[in-house]
Amino acid sequence: MSASAIAASRPRWPVLHRFARHRLALIGVGIIVLLVLACAIGPSFVPYNEFQIDIRHRFQPPFAGPHLLGTDELGRDLLARLLMAGRISLSLGCAAMMISVGVGTVVGTVAGFYGGLVGDVLMRLVDAVLCFPSIFLLLTLAALVNPGVLAITLIIALTSWMEVARMAQAQIRGLVARDFTAAAVVIGSGNGRIMFRELLPNAVAPILVAATLIVARAILLESYVSFLGYGIQPPIASWGNMLEKAQQYLTTAPWLALLPGIAVTLAVTSFNFLGDGLRDALDPRSPHA
Amino acid sequence: MTAFLVRRLAQSVLLLWLVTLIGFSVLHLAPGGPLSQFANTPGMSEADLKRLAVRMGLDRPLPFQYLHWVGNLLRGNWGHSYRDDSPVLAVIFSRIGATLELMCAATLIAVLLGGVIGAIGAVRRYSLFDQIVTVGAMVALSVPTFWFGLVVIYVFSVRLGWLPPGNAGPPGGGSLLVFLHHLIGPALVLGLVTTATWSRFMRSAMLEVIGQDYIRTARAKGMPDRIVMMRHILRNALLPMITVAGLELPTLLGGALVTETVFTWPGMGRLFLDSLGYRDYPVVMGLLVLSAIMVIGGNLLADVLYVVADPRIRLS
Repeated sequence: MSASAIAASRPRWPVLHRFARHRLALIGVGIIVLLVLACAIGPSFVPYNEFQIDIRHRFQPPFAGPHLLGTDELGRDLLARLLMAGRISLSLGCAAMMISVGVGTVVGTVAGFYGGLVGDVLMRLVDAVLCFPSIFLLLTLAALVNPGVLAITLIIALTSWMEVARMAQAQIRGLVARDFTAAAVVIGSGNGRIMFRELLPNAVAPILVAATLIVARAILLESYVSFLGYGIQPPIASWGNMLEKAQQYLTTAPWLALLPGIAVTLAVTSFNFLGDGLRDALDPRSPHA
Repeated sequence: MTAFLVRRLAQSVLLLWLVTLIGFSVLHLAPGGPLSQFANTPGMSEADLKRLAVRMGLDRPLPFQYLHWVGNLLRGNWGHSYRDDSPVLAVIFSRIGATLELMCAATLIAVLLGGVIGAIGAVRRYSLFDQIVTVGAMVALSVPTFWFGLVVIYVFSVRLGWLPPGNAGPPGGGSLLVFLHHLIGPALVLGLVTTATWSRFMRSAMLEVIGQDYIRTARAKGMPDRIVMMRHILRNALLPMITVAGLELPTLLGGALVTETVFTWPGMGRLFLDSLGYRDYPVVMGLLVLSAIMVIGGNLLADVLYVVADPRIRLS
């Protein structure tokens, strides 16, 4: 085979090509797009809003009356609540991801670049925070503050940045020893410029993967905290706090527990699939590629 | 070996110190600090609050308070519950057994089930079974534990009536059989996530070993497949699982908290949530610090066991 033939058979966007062959990742992306679209424009197609109380139709099972997916203990439309809750849960997941990736990247990059005492102190701090089971820490912090959407987002971010920091640190540590870093030092670049313009762009791939997985984790954590009563507070609906009341009515109205749980699982699974696909696509040596 | 032990112990002590520092900060960063619970009590005057603060040593500078707190911690005086004034450590120890039983049962399920699934997945790589299990493990890691608990209660307790819907037994305690009957549900739920993790790690550990030269040698010698599997592959693949068990501890503890709540299992997790509801900060802090200590201890134990079990890593 000639060199040109080999070149022709090589896809122009190898990462995109590998990603497109990852069936689960594509399914994940598909579900995420559908969920986001449904939550964004869906509520305007539902004839009820999420607060509207319809006491004559309370505990209506799905597909058995005017409310498509049934109603809860106050007769509120479950579909409308699921979609509005999805807005909260999904955007909270993305916001928490951005904050924790930001914090984790900065901590990891600084620790990896400076090494020595600074690096040690920062990384031991990371180890120490990781010693706490995140749900314990999350609940304690959530119980101490006034639980609003913003506070819960911040708290979830606060318990999710450590893995990113570890990964960024390991990446930067490896890159610091490379020649291009020495070159940047020689031409007189400042430390900040070297860290964030030279080193960090080379470490983006694993951070991107971690970011996707953190969205999944944040959605999951929100559902835990809200289910246990310390997260998003009613009347604002989130997938987690919709499940809080559901346990009481498990025998009489199981759909109240079933539907929000399926929504959480669907969203979290999709983001995990996406992360898995990204990892395989970005790392050609990965075993699944 | 001694040098390794000393270094590893020193690291653990450092971690413990940082953990207490974080715990102390969390308690004092709270709006109102340790007194917030009393501040909300009706009929509590400013003077009363001041008096309480002095009695609890809260008027002294923070570093001093921290040293005092850590000193007490070391002497086993973890403070007294706001609820009934009993010592925190005693309250926790009355509950820790139930949690450990639950965690052991879940781990047992995970090790057996996850180990077997992972091993089969590695041997029959890319088979239909392997692919289904890979997807299944990822879904299992995405299911909220409490929701899975609700589903298990609904199916096995409400619909089928096979399992009790909660608690560790009838009031006043029952026989071992009754206890085990109550344990099945929560152990299954808690074990699900761990099983998924174990099967993934087991699979990659097996694949790693299968690719080694000494496996080819063993096969080339004409050793039967079963013996290669049992004596060479499985034994070597199980070694890194010791580390996995240590790393999984925080997840397991956190999962136990959620599972206990759903199944009203009388362990540490339930105690934590109850105490949180009563704003019983001494118990909350005690549990927070104790869970971190358990994680540090577990990881230390796992590292030491790994060195003992695998003579090849003695010792860089």
